[in-house]
Order: sequence, then C-alpha cells, then structure tokens
Amino acid sequence: MSRYLSTTFFLLTALASAQPADLEKRLSDLDKAAKSAQSAGDNAWMLVSAALVLMMTGPGLALFYGGLVRRKNVLATMMQSFVLMALVTVIWAFIGYSFAFGEGTPFIGGFNYAFLHNVGAAPNADYAATIPQQTFMIYQLMFAIITPALISGAFAERMKFSALLLFMTLWMFLVYFPMAHMVWGKGGLLNAALGGKIPCFDFAGGTVVHITSGVSALVCALYLGKRKGYPNEPMRPHSMVLSTVGACLLWVGWFGFNAGSALAASSLATSAFVATHFAAAAAALSWMVAEWAHTGKPSVLGAISGSVAGLVAITPASGFVKPMPALLIGAAAGVFCFLMVTAVKKRFGYDDSLDAFGVHGAGGTLGALLTGVFATKEINDLMNGKALGWVDGNAGQVLNQLAGCAIAAGLGIVGTFVILKICDAVVGVRASEDQEIEGLDLSMHGEEGYNFEA
Amino acid sequence: MKKIEAIIQPHKLEEVKEALKAIGIDGMTITEVRGHGRQKGHKEIYRGQEYQVDLLPKIKLEMVIPAVRYDEVIKTLVASAHTGKIGDGKIFVFDVADAIRIRNDDRGESAL
Repeated sequence: MSRYLSTTFFLLTALASAQPADLEKRLSDLDKAAKSAQSAGDNAWMLVSAALVLMMTGPGLALFYGGLVRRKNVLATMMQSFVLMALVTVIWAFIGYSFAFGEGTPFIGGFNYAFLHNVGAAPNADYAATIPQQTFMIYQLMFAIITPALISGAFAERMKFSALLLFMTLWMFLVYFPMAHMVWGKGGLLNAALGGKIPCFDFAGGTVVHITSGVSALVCALYLGKRKGYPNEPMRPHSMVLSTVGACLLWVGWFGFNAGSALAASSLATSAFVATHFAAAAAALSWMVAEWAHTGKPSVLGAISGSVAGLVAITPASGFVKPMPALLIGAAAGVFCFLMVTAVKKRFGYDDSLDAFGVHGAGGTLGALLTGVFATKEINDLMNGKALGWVDGNAGQVLNQLAGCAIAAGLGIVGTFVILKICDAVVGVRASEDQEIEGLDLSMHGEEGYNFEA
Repeated sequence: MKKIEAIIQPHKLEEVKEALKAIGIDGMTITEVRGHGRQKGHKEIYRGQEYQVDLLPKIKLEMVIPAVRYDEVIKTLVASAHTGKIGDGKIFVFDVADAIRIRNDDRGESAL
C-alpha cells in the first residue's frame, strides 16, 4: 500500500513540471503501476492461501483425525487424507475445474476448461479480476481436496481403501463439482454474486464443503454400520497430542480458507481473517464451558473440537459479518456441536466415528443460517447496495440460506447413497471383520504406524 | 538363586532403584505394564462417550539375586516402594534353575 502511495506522490510531483503529451503517458504508467502492485499483492496472498488450505488437509486433518483413532488405524486414517491430495488433484486438472467453474448449466459446468485449456496467466474477470486464473484454479483445488477428506471421519477404522478411492472419485463428480458450480460457478443456481436464481451467501464454503461432506458422512456412517464393539468397547483416541497439533494447523490454515476467499489482499480479506479467528476462539471456549458444566472436567478434545466447530460455522459467514457477530456465531457453534456429538449422537446411536456430521454437517448448517441473519452490506457490498441479511432488514435471506442448505444436504444424501451402492457392488466398501480387528494399517497397507523396537 | 518380580507404582521407581543401588543391586529389567489388584480405575470422557479404565499403569521390576541376599533385598524393596495406599503393588518370588552370562559363559551365581 505505501509503495503505491509513494509511487503516486513521486509521479504527481513530477507531473507538476510535465508537458501535456507526457502527462497522458505518465498517468497511464501510474495507472499500470498501481494495478500491477495490487495484482502482485493479490497473487502473493492467494498463493499463500492456497498453500495454507492444502496444509489443512496435510498434515492438519491427517493429524487431527489420525490422533483420534486407535493406534492400529493411524496410518490408514492419515492416508485417507493424504491420498486425496494426489487423487483429487489429477481429477481436477483433467476435468474437475471445468465442471466446477466452466460455463454450462445452473447445475454443472461444461468442458471449456478441460485439461485446463485457457487457464493461464490471464485473469478470469468473472471470478477474480486481479490474479491469474491459474492461481484461482489452484486455490479452488485445495478446497476440492479437503472436502472429501472430511467425510473420512465418518467411516474411519472400517472402510476398504480400494472402495475409498472409487467412492471419492465418484463423489467429486456427483456431489462436489455440481455443488461448487451451483454456489460459486458462473451461472450457478445459488450464486449470489453472479446472478443465481436463489442467491445464497456462502463466502468460503459452508454449504459446498461442510454441509455436503457432513451429511454425506452421516449417510456413510449409517450405511457402513458401527465399528465392531461400538459403543461398549473403549475406543479412545490413541494420541491426543497428534490431534491437538492437527487442530492448531487447521485453525491457522483456515485463514487461507476464509480470508483467501476474498480472492484479493484486501480489507475484505482482513475482515474475514478477523471473523474466522474470533469464531474459533469463542467456540473453543463455549464448548469447553459446556463440557465443564456437563461432565465436571474441561477436556482438551472438547476445546479443540470446539475451535473446529467455530471455524466450520464461520466459513459461510466470514466475509459477510462483523467481528462481534463472529464471536456470537462461534459461541453458538461450540455449544450446538457439543450437543450434537454428545447427546444427539448417543440418542440415535450412529457411529460417526470422528463426528464429521456432528461438527461439519451440523456446524455448517448453523453457520449458513446465521449468515442469513448477520450478513451485512457494511462488510461486503456484494449486491450493489441491496440489503444482505436480517440485520440489513432482509429477513427473507435466511430462507434462501435454508434452500442452499437443503440442496447441499439433498445432493449429499442422494449422491452418497447411490455411490455407496455402486462401490459396494464393484469392490465392497466395508473391511472384513478380520481386517478390522487386525487394524487397517496392517490389513490395507501392510504397515504399522509405530515401530518401537530399535 | 531367586528371581524377584515386583509390581510397583511408576512414581516410586526412582526411589526403589536408588535404594537397591545403595545395597549393591544394579542388575534389573524394567517393563511398563498395566494391571490392577483391588485398586479402582478411573473414568475418561471423550466427546461425551464415557470409558471406565481399569487397567492402570504400573512398573514391573525383575531381578535375579543370590539366595543369601534374599531377606535384605525384600526389606529394601518393600521399604522404598511403600506408600501405605491401595495400589502399592506386589512382589512374587521364584526359584531360578540357572543363570548364564552371554559374554563369557559364566554360570550360576557368578553370572549375576
């Protein structure tokens, strides 16, 4: 920013003694320099953001989930995140980006960006006018990677690896690409910024990422069934240390996820950064207090789970709400998700092993609805002067948000069920009882996570 | 020769080792084990799921001593491992058929 100012000042003083023909050229040079500086700033921030979001998957989520499972499944669980870094990337490069962000119907993109044709240094003004489209593409790829990785929380410790690869591939095509297109793609049904019929405010992916994966996770948990011995046999996290490290990496990485969704190094990015951080903090505290009151001791698992719940809930709201509402959204998410993973899960008895539904599905829904309440044009004038959420006087936005949630959930439920049926027919989804008892590290990967003999 | 197996509280290990060293007993094998006698376990709660953990961490000390030193070693062990609370542990004693030093094939008590 100060480089822009000093450049301007210098050129203006130089202008004072310039000839008329010179003036035009100098103004044009000034303009170019300013744009170039802004672009450089935007691109630098976006590349860092992309790296931060990838870090959320590896090692953030890998560690977070890895620590929560039993020792005999630690590698298999980490692999469920890691392999997606590779698999989704290749799919995205060939056709994924095109289906998500290409030009097509309100429901899915077309083939115009297949094999990343025309995705290069030139910006795509529909999405991000100041950065190369390739930057936008690689940034979005990191979202595409982490979304399916979240689902693995539901079927941890009992899913066949071959089935995972097939499942994830199909899930990208049937659920993620359509949802990403609907919310963020040009012409998408729910795209508020680009004229969607049902404008839904989802700044960084509460619906696209968290509701789709969270609801899909529930379907998986129900379809695959409970782990052998659940809930009577103790299945404690084998390393809360790994999980805590993972949760911290998720928190830091989330700045790339939310603030990076501003697609520029702008004051909106700052606003989203602040909202994100505040929500995480408030949620960690509220879950901790809720648990302390309920069980008598504030667990570390509770505190870190709370922070993740807050981060999930603020995801759709991050670029639309003020800091104080962000604290409120976080606090609400902490308590709500605490109830979901303790009371509700116990009541219905499903084995959502790592609470993908309880935190991401539920937290994402809460966040999306609260976005309809607290979104304000004072933070983000996306609709050119029109009111955004309830606080702006547009209470009806909550209904649009609900529609977005319903579509995400519907797509997740139907898509996932169909995909599970296919996978079961082709390779069989659930590990055999012997494989489950031996542990997936050995049975699926022929390895052990920890070999303490020297 | 007698083999002594002592299950003790982990936090007493240093004191026991020092006490045995003071009477000239250096050789021992130590394993981290889990178990319980009449001591109650504790409750752990993970995201609302309660677990009663009854297997408690303990330390097992194993050592083989000349029979003549038996009374002295037991007295030292008991005194240094004792706290007076439930969970202090137990000592078991076995007769040993033979002992061999791998380095030079010493046999019997000279191998200890």
